[in-house]
Amino acid sequence: MAVIKLQRPKLNFGEKIYFGALIKGFFLTMTHAVKSLRGKSAGADSLASSGLGVTMQFPEQRWDEHLPEYYRGAPTLVTDEQGRERCVSCQLCEFICPPKAIKITPGEIPSDDPWAKVEKRPKEFDIDMIRCIYCGMCEEVCPEQAIFLRKDYLITGLKRADMVHDKDKLYQIGGVRTGLVNKWNELK
Amino acid sequence: MSDTISATAELNLPKDLAAAKGMVNVEIDGIWHQFPKGTRMIEACRQAGTFVPHYCYHPKLSSPGNCRMCLVQMGMPPRPAPGQEPQRDDTGYEPIGWIPRPVIACANTISENMGIRTSGEVVEKCREGVMEFLLINHPLDCPICDQAGECLLQENSVEHGRGVSRFVDMKVKKPKNVDIGPRIRLDDERCILCSRCIRFMDEVAGDPVLGFTQRGTHTTLTVHPDRLLDSNYSLNTADLCPVGALTSNDFRFQMRVWFLKETPTIDVNCGSGTNITVWARGNKIHRITPRRNDEVNSCWMPDSHRLNFHYIDSDARLTEPLARSGGVSPAVFSPIPWPETLKTAAAKLKTIAPENIAIIASARMTNEELFLTRSLAAALGTGSLSLVPRFAEADALLVAADRNPNTLGAKLILETEDPFATLDSIREGVRSGAIKALIVLGEDLITDAGFLFADLANLDFLLQSHILANPTALAAHWVLPAAAFAEKRGSMVNLSGRLQRLNRAVELPGQARDDWEILRDLTLAVTEETNVARHHIEDVFKSIAEAIPAFTGLTLSKIGHHGTQIAATDYQIPLLANERARKAAGLING
Ligand code: SF4
Ligand code: SF4
Ligand code: SF4
Ligand code: SF4
Ligand code: FES
Repeated sequence: MAVIKLQRPKLNFGEKIYFGALIKGFFLTMTHAVKSLRGKSAGADSLASSGLGVTMQFPEQRWDEHLPEYYRGAPTLVTDEQGRERCVSCQLCEFICPPKAIKITPGEIPSDDPWAKVEKRPKEFDIDMIRCIYCGMCEEVCPEQAIFLRKDYLITGLKRADMVHDKDKLYQIGGVRTGLVNKWNELK
Repeated sequence: MSDTISATAELNLPKDLAAAKGMVNVEIDGIWHQFPKGTRMIEACRQAGTFVPHYCYHPKLSSPGNCRMCLVQMGMPPRPAPGQEPQRDDTGYEPIGWIPRPVIACANTISENMGIRTSGEVVEKCREGVMEFLLINHPLDCPICDQAGECLLQENSVEHGRGVSRFVDMKVKKPKNVDIGPRIRLDDERCILCSRCIRFMDEVAGDPVLGFTQRGTHTTLTVHPDRLLDSNYSLNTADLCPVGALTSNDFRFQMRVWFLKETPTIDVNCGSGTNITVWARGNKIHRITPRRNDEVNSCWMPDSHRLNFHYIDSDARLTEPLARSGGVSPAVFSPIPWPETLKTAAAKLKTIAPENIAIIASARMTNEELFLTRSLAAALGTGSLSLVPRFAEADALLVAADRNPNTLGAKLILETEDPFATLDSIREGVRSGAIKALIVLGEDLITDAGFLFADLANLDFLLQSHILANPTALAAHWVLPAAAFAEKRGSMVNLSGRLQRLNRAVELPGQARDDWEILRDLTLAVTEETNVARHHIEDVFKSIAEAIPAFTGLTLSKIGHHGTQIAATDYQIPLLANERARKAAGLING
């Protein structure tokens, strides 16, 4: 094993009493203080600061426009351009979900439904947002492109029960998603 | 080779050694094994620990060899020229000449000095080819297919499939979601035409209603035009089907199989004691399937027994002990805690003379429960103890006429030839007022034992333990919630004398308790004994093993998942007789 000997830097008297460094720090702080008072601090524009410093004034100001493309917010269910709910309740997301946040009760599509040929869809679909860790595994595992992590990050509630997103809520947040693979087409 | 040497050598040749035992030598993947004559190649491979992928082969059915998944490479020793001695190596085996074309392992039997290769380029290419053909028209329904997770097509695709389809034409369309019987749904697009279901209905169930129509890629499985797949054994076809073409209506879209926990236990709907697997997620049972036991039910079970589990989590389940707090009809009950229930009931019992007390137990109870019932009767000093007989028509396969699962066990434990003998006299006693107190365990007297509500309403004391709310309970003073068959551990003896074990698959609901614990605590309350000697069901079994000769030397864990023969009876399960005859005739292998 190679041994590397490090030499401690030799400090002169000024450095040893570290007073010079304190003064340097003081001036740095003051420069930023003055800049922020003049509304010129770094990141002021990109983070939509209130003008005083970089602090975003939440909730009057929101992150929403500043989220990157890959941002992972609340998992939701989507419908497609034909208005079909895409989930067929295969329960793979329930299986893969690391904190076991998803609970699905599968059900059969009645034979008089226009989508009867798909045969299966969820009767109930609950995601417990207290448990969800926003990992995105559900989106990745879904064979039907039915569950997507949206940019919603404001998930609040007054009770635990409020924090469980049921099927209606999931479709409401998820909305319509176009351009997905149309697996259940007329050939199927 | 001189004559003398070959004469002595021949006595020790492997082929002669094997032949003396009725066996033949086969080399599987380079290792020599011995198997009984007449074994199929695929069985030999399985016994040697090599799995050969297959679809149409089933050990209990004939082998038509129509899926071609089990192709392997075979070799035989070259035939010597006339007058020439066969060559042998140092170990006495002849060299194997490998045949370049593959053979199916499921329909060919082994022969002396045969070689089998279950891997290698030829075999691998065959499997890949067969898989590609099978998937040409397959609908890829896995996300909505109930078979997903236990589908042979999925499993073999992982190992031998290509992952990408080269097929550019339109897939052949076939009927989907077809109603072919009251309990079975057919999806023809998923069918891989293995014919297992057809052969089962023909050879085992004796009701040949399924068959193929059309030809080539258009071959379609159908039910006979004037018939339905409505045999009481139809659900076995869903187990048999290697893919999701036949699925159970009852289990349809209930739960994915990978969430289910399997518990090996036994069926309690008749005296045959069919071995089953209970599939549960959390505390809910989702399905029951037969478990192979060649001494009891082979691989099959009747639908009527298989589907009889929904009562376990029904609304009629009793979940807390109840005491009657007033009224006769309608009776008013209020819940009370367990210790108080047993104390007040025992106190009341002791005010009644022993000759006025009777116990009616059930032949649906386990050996352990019956043994404790006997102790309870002894503690009370009463000799009136009877079970309720339950007879109906037998079928020609598995369903026995005796619908009690543990009649033989009851005979052994209670040491009587007729455990139902005193039921009539107890009924008379209740009517005439000679019997004032009745303890009813796991039976509904009004529905099943010919009692009238008026008879029971006269009693001073009626205690019933049961799993479901029932008419008898309305006349009772105490109603105790007990355990269903899938919620308890214990043992039963089937009609052919096999001791088999029940295992707990799900937990008890609410405050319901295991029957044996109720009986133990009631007996303790009656005798005012404070020393609980039996803490575990194993302790009860130990007492049985000491007291009853047939159980000597056994423990619950020694029974094993396939049971232990403890008594000889002349009862023959008809299904097994059929199967053994077909095996003796060489039609099947398993
Ligand atoms: S994002 Fe992760 S934790 Fe949240 S529901 Fe999906 S799989 Fe579960
Ligand atoms: S993986 Fe997709 S299709 Fe399957 S249950 Fe989840 S959301 Fe539905
Ligand atoms: S039969 Fe098997 S491969 Fe075919 S859809 Fe069902 S699970 Fe998938
Ligand atoms: S339905 Fe199933 S068992 Fe019957 S032939 Fe088709 S694949 Fe085989
Ligand atoms: S298993 Fe041998 S051909 Fe099907």
